Amino acid sequence: MNMNKESHGVFVFAQQVDKTITNVSYELIGKGKEIAVELGTKVSAVLVGSGIKELAQNLVEYGADRVIVIDDEALETYTVEPYTQALTAAVTAYNPEILLMGATAIGRDLAPRVAARLHTGLTADCTVLEVDKEKQELFMTRPAFGGNLMATIECPNYRPQMATVRPGVMVKRLRDKEASGEIVVFDAGIQKNNCYVEVQKVVKHIAHKIDIQDAKILVSGGRGVGGKENFKYLYDLAEAVGGTVSGSRAAVDSGWLEKDEQVGQTGKTVRPGVYFAVGISGAIQHVAGMEESDYIIAINKDAGAPIFSVADVGIVGDMTKILPELTKAVWAEKSNKESL
Amino acid sequence: MKIIVCVKQVPDTTEVRLDPVKGTLIREGVPSIMNPDDKAGLEAALRIKDRNGAEVTVITMGPPQAADVLRESLAMGADEAVLVTDRAFGGADTWATSCTLAAACGRLGYDIIFTGRQAIDGDTAQVGPEMAEHLNIPNVSYAAAIETEGDHLLVKREFEDRYHEVKVQMPCLITALAELNAPRYMTPGGIFTAYREKEITTWTRADLPVEDENIGLKGSPTKVVKSFPKTVKAAGMKIERGVDESVQFIMDKLKEKYIL
Repeated sequence: MNMNKESHGVFVFAQQVDKTITNVSYELIGKGKEIAVELGTKVSAVLVGSGIKELAQNLVEYGADRVIVIDDEALETYTVEPYTQALTAAVTAYNPEILLMGATAIGRDLAPRVAARLHTGLTADCTVLEVDKEKQELFMTRPAFGGNLMATIECPNYRPQMATVRPGVMVKRLRDKEASGEIVVFDAGIQKNNCYVEVQKVVKHIAHKIDIQDAKILVSGGRGVGGKENFKYLYDLAEAVGGTVSGSRAAVDSGWLEKDEQVGQTGKTVRPGVYFAVGISGAIQHVAGMEESDYIIAINKDAGAPIFSVADVGIVGDMTKILPELTKAVWAEKSNKESL
Repeated sequence: MKIIVCVKQVPDTTEVRLDPVKGTLIREGVPSIMNPDDKAGLEAALRIKDRNGAEVTVITMGPPQAADVLRESLAMGADEAVLVTDRAFGGADTWATSCTLAAACGRLGYDIIFTGRQAIDGDTAQVGPEMAEHLNIPNVSYAAAIETEGDHLLVKREFEDRYHEVKVQMPCLITALAELNAPRYMTPGGIFTAYREKEITTWTRADLPVEDENIGLKGSPTKVVKSFPKTVKAAGMKIERGVDESVQFIMDKLKEKYIL
């Protein structure tokens, strides 16, 4: 929609699947709230689905000032057209200045269809969202050229300013059970049309081995692990942190891991959120495959290992002693959090 | 059946390097390739052609040298190729690109349009669904398998933790995942025909029913404020202490980074 001065408020698409709100929605409410405060406005979550009204309070507890609930049988299982109708109706009725969505397999399909229907700009997979004080508009920064370049994008003349953000980039607020917010039921007037498709079957992937390139956390071992039996320390830590085990060429050549678990120039290039390099010296061929990881934690006996020059955190020590204690500490922290 | 495949010529981003001194992208010597997801879309189209018979037209929007990916498509087995090129289309964001490509598709006519899920230089995944919206047709994104059934397609639509089997009425637009198939190679005969006999149709601004306010840089709702190289990070901290302190140190960092 063409820019008009009346638009105000930050909207976040609250994605739910099987009546569970996707984590990225909470993360975006956290970010949306920050932006809203800067702009002197409020953050609203748009909760779309069928029989999902009882989920709205969760969004309030994570920071939504208002939840707009669109409840319709056509929204039971995600398909792009009725969801597009739902979101565009809400945007048209409330006229927000910003609309944020998760860059999920749903969000990356839905957001462009919504943006095209509204005639506005959309910036994909943003890693930084900030308010430009002078212009009072959203500056959206995203990687381009396979992550080699960052670009900051604005959408000056159309509203809402739309952005998708990858899961895990923004930080959700601490849950506030006492929080109160407005919950509004909105009739989007969803109508079946020629753009409907029919979902004939939903097949959930059974937990299978995760491709190390898809893993958010990798616990990676090298020659310094010392033997196949010592990999149990890595598997235990991986289980605790919700990660996957991978390794260097040395670990694969020694028969401790499979070829498809190898990181490096002759293996796979990975860029997880966290990369534990355990007993990996850090040969350049290995580093080439993991240096783009967001956060690198290296544990190695050899204080002179080159891996320490790329690590964010370097621990000089014996992994057979550190890993079991670290695993225990992670479990303790998790159970501590759950009881909160 | 008429199938359109949208392809894009992209720099092979796995070959892009940063100048360590200037911090700028080194673009020289970076090979241009057909975008991998688009190639999967083309292969899907060619398989439908092999099984059921179809006329496959590839289109691309880009500078004149983008014709290379059209030649490659013809050599793989596409029947026709259209290059959409004009300075007026330059600097387009996904809105303007999708408006232009949708207009070209509208002029060609189609039962199925394939696009790749996303291009490796932009990674937006937006142009396909936006085109479908402009054309007022259904779209199914993230296709991992496709079958035809009368005037419908059956598509395996991937999500993070599941897939949907989706039945969609033609005309429709499908965005293809590179995992969809293993694209065929060009054949020597195909290469000969593609380079010697086939004509590439060129369409410019004047050939397409588009509005000036929807094309090129001027028609793009989003603008680039600035671009900058990703900062090369410096080495972090290294500690050499006992087990307990080391564990505590890591735990603090994991919490600080909201990993735990």
